[in-house]
Amino acid sequence: MTVPLSPSRPRGVSHARSWGTGGAGFLVKLALMALVNALGISIALSAWAAESWLILIATVALTISADIVYFSRRAVPMKYLFPGLSFLLIFQIFVFAYTGYVAFTNYGTGHAGSMDQAVDAALIHDERRVEGAESYPIAIVERDGELGFAIADGTEVRVGTADEPLARVSGATIGAGGSPDTVPGYQVIPRAEVLTDAALQREVVSLRVPVSGDAEDGSMRTREGSTATVYSSTLTWDDAAQTLTDSSTGTVYEPSDRGKFRSADGQELATGWYVGVGFENFIRAATDPDLRGPLTQVTVWTFAFAILSVVTAFGLGLLFALIYNDERVRGRAVLRTLFILPYAFPAFMSALLWRGMLNSEFGVINDLFFFGANINWLGDPWLAKIAILWVNLWLSYPYWFLVCTGALQALPRDTLEAATIDGAGRWRSFSSIILPQLLVATAPLAIASFAFNFNNFTIIFMLTEGGPAMGSGTNLGTTDILISAIYRISGIQGGSADYGLASALSIIVFIVIGIISAIALRQTRKLEEIS
Amino acid sequence: MSTTTELVTTSGVGRTRARARRGRWWAEVGWKYPVAILILCYAMFPLLFIVSASLDARGSLASSSQLFRSFDLGSYEALAGTHFWTWMGNTLYVGIASSLGAVIMGAAAAYAFSRFRFTGRRVGLTSLLVIQMFPQTVAFVAVFLMLLALGEVVPALGINSRIALICIYLGGALGANTFLMYGFFNSIPQDLDESAKIDGATHAQVFWRIIMPLVTPILAVVGLLAFISAFGDFILAKIVLTSEPNWTLAVGMYQWVSNQLTSRWGLFAAGAVVASFPVLVLFLSLQRYIVGGLTAGSVKG
Repeated sequence: MTVPLSPSRPRGVSHARSWGTGGAGFLVKLALMALVNALGISIALSAWAAESWLILIATVALTISADIVYFSRRAVPMKYLFPGLSFLLIFQIFVFAYTGYVAFTNYGTGHAGSMDQAVDAALIHDERRVEGAESYPIAIVERDGELGFAIADGTEVRVGTADEPLARVSGATIGAGGSPDTVPGYQVIPRAEVLTDAALQREVVSLRVPVSGDAEDGSMRTREGSTATVYSSTLTWDDAAQTLTDSSTGTVYEPSDRGKFRSADGQELATGWYVGVGFENFIRAATDPDLRGPLTQVTVWTFAFAILSVVTAFGLGLLFALIYNDERVRGRAVLRTLFILPYAFPAFMSALLWRGMLNSEFGVINDLFFFGANINWLGDPWLAKIAILWVNLWLSYPYWFLVCTGALQALPRDTLEAATIDGAGRWRSFSSIILPQLLVATAPLAIASFAFNFNNFTIIFMLTEGGPAMGSGTNLGTTDILISAIYRISGIQGGSADYGLASALSIIVFIVIGIISAIALRQTRKLEEIS
Repeated sequence: MSTTTELVTTSGVGRTRARARRGRWWAEVGWKYPVAILILCYAMFPLLFIVSASLDARGSLASSSQLFRSFDLGSYEALAGTHFWTWMGNTLYVGIASSLGAVIMGAAAAYAFSRFRFTGRRVGLTSLLVIQMFPQTVAFVAVFLMLLALGEVVPALGINSRIALICIYLGGALGANTFLMYGFFNSIPQDLDESAKIDGATHAQVFWRIIMPLVTPILAVVGLLAFISAFGDFILAKIVLTSEPNWTLAVGMYQWVSNQLTSRWGLFAAGAVVASFPVLVLFLSLQRYIVGGLTAGSVKG
């Protein structure tokens, strides 16, 4: 209804295609679309090569819809929505859906990737030196910081790295000792350096260079850096029967429905793939004694932290706003600017700064305000909680100070004056008139602030890293909130990973946030009706 | 301070009245000044402390308890010997790219929702409202796994890529900003773009030449908020960026202080002063607009 075609252009010709009115714009669009298509095609091709079908389908679908949207005359609103929408689809909606999917799997350490990848990993894991295999003189070579072996096989030189299987190179020379002297494209590391540098030595000893692209052919390894032999797995993969057989013991491992290779007598191989496990992660979080206790504690603290953070900061901010929303106080503009400085200081730095200030040995807080006492602010479960609330108060009361000052100034004067004339005291006019009206304006912000603090990873991690530890069979800490607990359980930072359980907890957090938001929406509507 | 004006009078009545008036002034206004000083101590002390620590000659936490004992720029000079400036560059790169993208995408979406009536418009607005309630950070495990898979196909979008981090931030751009801008776009009269269209302007011309200049204030606010949230983000940046030269300030400075709190303290202090100064100035000068934006729905990140 708002889109009358301009009379200067013949009906039916898109402005995007007409050279008359916007030739330059059309060229820009053409160039951008060429770029988008080129990107789309190249990503699709590499997805094809890597056999990532989901990425392939998504890329093709997005590229085609981009072309349809921008080259058709219809769907004008879509032309404006498309870029944001595609990012939203991939990096938010898909991510949420994927969280849901992972929550129902046992994805994590010991269960990663597909079954094919698990087979390869098992073959590599189980490699032993092949009996009677020939040793080859080698040289350690380097390319772009990556180590590799150059192998002299008679007069032929083959070279490879951990990622690239051995391949023949031409133009290499073999030295007097029988090992390669120069290898084109690689830099040969002198033997003396290999012998003296302990870190390099360890790297060399742990290096395995695949003999071919097939994991079953085994790999080249060295013990001392001068000769290499073929190591190959004692396991063999039977594609038809879908079993792994250990040739040294004769044990047959069959895939189990839990994503592991299992022998008849119950032995399991270390590497597996991930499979759907239904609600197991959720049930485990609620019933496993190692998880249930700590998780309950974490949940209680998460709520306490979020609620107390909002209440204290709102209270202090409101108090200051009431005090300094007084025209008789001079220099209010300067005061206000100084009051809000903590808010303008980046939050992660504030938390790190307080971490130093609260240090029990050298911290300035203990030194100046507690006469050099050794109060272990961040090492005691209760003191750490108080410290977190204190720091969060410091960096968030200015927000409420600003918000409340704004809301106070927007309040209608007449009701307040009428109340004063009717004889209402300060407290009465505050509690019956100012506060209710203020809450209408600030309740949605309080809810938003609650939701934000519910997931305030930064302050927890920067200040205490969740510590001090709870001990007793869990790696969670007493100040961990749900999101930092998820971070620890997920194992992204190292240690054993449990993506499935972490995602299940993420889903629970999502549900909590959803419920709070729903209540909040209804509640704010109610408040608005009252006013 | 008219209430304190000394009344030049010799009568006892005048004196008591003046005293009573002064008493009332103290009760109603005067006490607010000493209280203000107390608040300032609470608000400013940590900031003064970090400035003082950054100027301390020894640069360790243990030595920094005495405020402004020495004036030494050694910590600032030492920043050059670390990755600090690389991290600063990364932070600026990620922050500016993601805030530019957020502004353009948000503005385009707000324009579409504000100016066109199309099927799915209401549903679209409501879904955005719902989606923006669920923060991306909670889904970081899936973000990590997705980037692992994506990196196998397109290394430039995998783990340890700054472009991937920007893309993740942009994924949240629509939900967070569309409403902020939508209200502002609605306040611009439609007559303006309709008359421009009658004069023969194309959609693109109306958007870029007429609407965008009129909504600059909200663009600035959204851009700044997006920049500040990228600047302060820790969890996604820590997960995505794994190698030291790719870190942002949040990840890098955390590493300094978490590993060797006492010895790297001077470096941290100097870095914090350098990095927060522009943000502080920007924030304070644009204070009024930012507060408008903050109260319209988002919270400091």
